[in-house]
Amino acid sequence: MTYRQAKYPEPLVFELSQSEREGGFFNPEIEEIPEIPPKLRRERLNLPRLSEPEVVRHYVRLSQMNFGIESGLYPLGSCTMKYNPRACEDFSALPQVRDIHPLQDASTVQGALEILYRLERMLAEIGGVKRVCLQPAAGAHGELLGMLLVRAYFKDIGENRTEVVIPDSAHGTNFASAAMAGFRVVVIPSNSTGRVDVEALRAAVSDRTAAFMLTNPNTLGLFEHEIKEIASILHDAGALLYYDGANLNGIMGKTRPGDMGFDIVHFNLHKTFSTPHGGGGPGAGPVGVSEKLEPYLPVPIIQYDEDKDKYWLDYNRPKSIGKIRSFFGNFAVLVKAYAYLLMMGASGLKEATEVAVLNANYLKEKLRRIPGFEVRYDPEAPCKHEFVLSAEPLKRETGVTARDVAKRLLDFGFHAPTYYFPPIVPEALMIEPTETEPKEELDRFVDAMKQIAEEARRDPETLKRAPFSTSVSRIDEVRASRRPILSWKQFVRLRK
Amino acid sequence: MGHRFVPNSFLLKEMLKELGIDSVDELFRDIPPEFRTDRLNLSPPLSEQETLWHLRRVLSKNRYQGEIPIFLGGGCWFHYVPAHVKYITQRGEFLTAYTPYQSEASQGLLQALFEYQSLVAELIGLEVVNASMYDWATALGEAALMSCRVTGRRRFLVPHFISPERRSVLQNYCEGIGMRVDEINQDPNSGQIDLDHLRNVLSEDVAGVYIENPSYLGFLEEQVDEISDLTHRAGALFIVGVNPISLALFKPPGEYGADMVVGEGQPLGQSPSFGGPSLGIFACRNDMKLVRQMPGRLIGMASTLDGDERAFCMVLQTREQHIRRERATSNVCSNEALCAIAAAAYLASMGPEGLKTVASISMANAHYLMKRLAEIEGLDAPAFHAFHFNEFVLRRVDGGTMRDFNQKLLQENIHGGHILVSEFPELGESELICSTEVHSKRDLDRFVEAAGKIMEGKK
Ligand SMILES: Cc1ncc(COP(=O)(O)O)c(C=O)c1O
Repeated sequence: MTYRQAKYPEPLVFELSQSEREGGFFNPEIEEIPEIPPKLRRERLNLPRLSEPEVVRHYVRLSQMNFGIESGLYPLGSCTMKYNPRACEDFSALPQVRDIHPLQDASTVQGALEILYRLERMLAEIGGVKRVCLQPAAGAHGELLGMLLVRAYFKDIGENRTEVVIPDSAHGTNFASAAMAGFRVVVIPSNSTGRVDVEALRAAVSDRTAAFMLTNPNTLGLFEHEIKEIASILHDAGALLYYDGANLNGIMGKTRPGDMGFDIVHFNLHKTFSTPHGGGGPGAGPVGVSEKLEPYLPVPIIQYDEDKDKYWLDYNRPKSIGKIRSFFGNFAVLVKAYAYLLMMGASGLKEATEVAVLNANYLKEKLRRIPGFEVRYDPEAPCKHEFVLSAEPLKRETGVTARDVAKRLLDFGFHAPTYYFPPIVPEALMIEPTETEPKEELDRFVDAMKQIAEEARRDPETLKRAPFSTSVSRIDEVRASRRPILSWKQFVRLRK
Repeated sequence: MGHRFVPNSFLLKEMLKELGIDSVDELFRDIPPEFRTDRLNLSPPLSEQETLWHLRRVLSKNRYQGEIPIFLGGGCWFHYVPAHVKYITQRGEFLTAYTPYQSEASQGLLQALFEYQSLVAELIGLEVVNASMYDWATALGEAALMSCRVTGRRRFLVPHFISPERRSVLQNYCEGIGMRVDEINQDPNSGQIDLDHLRNVLSEDVAGVYIENPSYLGFLEEQVDEISDLTHRAGALFIVGVNPISLALFKPPGEYGADMVVGEGQPLGQSPSFGGPSLGIFACRNDMKLVRQMPGRLIGMASTLDGDERAFCMVLQTREQHIRRERATSNVCSNEALCAIAAAAYLASMGPEGLKTVASISMANAHYLMKRLAEIEGLDAPAFHAFHFNEFVLRRVDGGTMRDFNQKLLQENIHGGHILVSEFPELGESELICSTEVHSKRDLDRFVEAAGKIMEGKK
């Protein structure tokens, strides 16, 4: 039996449109429709006209031409693609969640505020931080907030610090977030074991340094065991330590970023806390801080008045940076994470981490023994929740690249690993199985990798044309970017 | 050991043995002992049933639209979400996918996002729409940064009447590059942009001029052609913020010279959910000088390598953080893709007539309320003499406070508008009222009746 993804010759909604069909959802009650001044009035609106059954069938077909964690193993490194509990979808669809407005009087949304307050306390406990701002919409948004807090802090204490130090193995958002907040980025190399080169860090840190951004475990899945030394280099120089929480699934419940000395910590709820990624979002990227950064957090802070048993919104924060998005963040996502945390509990979180790390080490040990693949950095050390395999030996031998291997994996009914990241590993395949994969699935993955390595030797040319079982074969992405077609409107104009 | 989400818990020993180790702790031996946590101070796991009980109990303290009518808008709107739109976004293949990095296995998502871009492009009248930003406010922040990249200038103009939250987000986005945000005056009676003031502040360092249409306070701007003209003559970009539902009835920004459009896409198929998830709309003219400076993901039409089968993939990725790092056009990575799919399914379902119906019921309801409330002694509406869509400012002129007015409405199981006293003190005791098709005529009449009683002092 082999895997096949669905394939429909599915037109665009505009091509399905029939001139007479209509939605017709509402029956107006008020007869008097105000007359819009001609100057303001719209003349033409080109939206497709479809009946409801056509719309449903269209999007169901499209969904079938897509792959989610519910479809199969999704070992996309750095993204923590774990099972998303269906219960959380039900909970967040309750009318008391969906149909409340962010500007409601606080007395009418006490339930929502209580959830936010409790979620904040839970994240603060997991991260080892004082307070948490739940507003950022994603990890990168949390990074931007973190960097703005760094700015506000140094401005407040009257120090002019212009640089942020980042390891060369870091995620692209770290560099971009620091730059967006106006810092000059200073990149330091990793050492021969794939970790922060402490001497290079020491040399890079000065009285211009505002912060060091680090994820621990790092993007190679290796724990930065010299973290104490790293933290003291930064703190001795008066600078701050920022934690990119994308990799929290490797240590949650085993150690806490705040305890390791991180001053600012972001969490990726759409990774570690199992809220579905939605094909790219919505996520949530709460930011936790130590006491000295608390005054700068965005407003409002949610406070609890024990005497009155009331939650209230505290806007009276003179040093606050203001807002980094509207309202309270992606609330429905926050509700899902809250429910997930309740269902996991303290013991479940620790168990999740332990099994996520076990699964990763299990895969690592099996895969690095397949000729053609290797683990470059510190292969004997246990990895955390993920590891990076290099396909460089295979490429040297057969010409088959990491991308080819990844594309071929799609034919086995797996999603591909992250590839060509982190950039310090040639032909990188970054693999993160998570704790929610059964062993049988991991074993099937190992078998697929073995078969691909064999195919690479036997018939590399065929392999280079993979995938064959997805709804379309390999796409000419280079040409698509050369003269991009970005909408139906543009397509129709060009066709004329 | 053995949580139901963790299938291998019971195989722990067996798998450890294959790794040649005795205890899972050995996998964590590289964490220095001083930093190890014994146990987190969180409660033990709850079952699914217990979690539901807990959530029901906590959430029972919320009052919600449907249980009571809520007349709030201001950047987040109640609109009816058809059941099948919710169903489509609950499809696991969409819901539980990551960003479509593997285009061959993600054609469904990529096509749906391309359709989102296309449908919004029709609605706003510009050809290029990205695959979403976090929300309207962050889209505005990104638009300001983009106007700086395109023009090389560092000043940004915004109208006086703008949501203070949006203004604050903009300020924070501009902070890093040292971009200055200044205000354009608006006529206190009509809310219309003061063209003379605009002319004065439009110096050579202005990168972008931003207006909202309809404005935060619900009125339409009539001098869009003049504003566009002035802006372009000064070499700046013209940026318009929108409520997309309004565009079923009102002239789209693409027809009056907008270079970029931002807005809140939440009303297209998403419930308010206390303000999030939201959907940042971000669009620009089809000019590669602009497109190359755009933030966020862009989905393009493509073809397969081995023939000419139509396909879709992410394009122009060299703008993005994972390639360009600190020189990227933005740091955005995860966006609001699923909300964009909801918007696509919603727009495809409504069609032109359905969307016009939604917009005209919303407008008719608001105008009905406006007229009826204005008849009540001590109330005055609208505060601005201009055409309004579905929101307007109600003023109280009898010496009482809006706070008291809203509290008394709540006792009648009605949630009034958003009080503006601290945001715009010059408007006096005032609130921003919004209505949409989620309100029945009975809801509107109850509101008017209760307001009448309150103002007569009978409450
Ligand atoms: C290490 C790391 N940092 C930051 C991010 C950015 O997170 P988000 O996509 O939520 O913005 C990612 C996401 O892939 C990541 O893997």
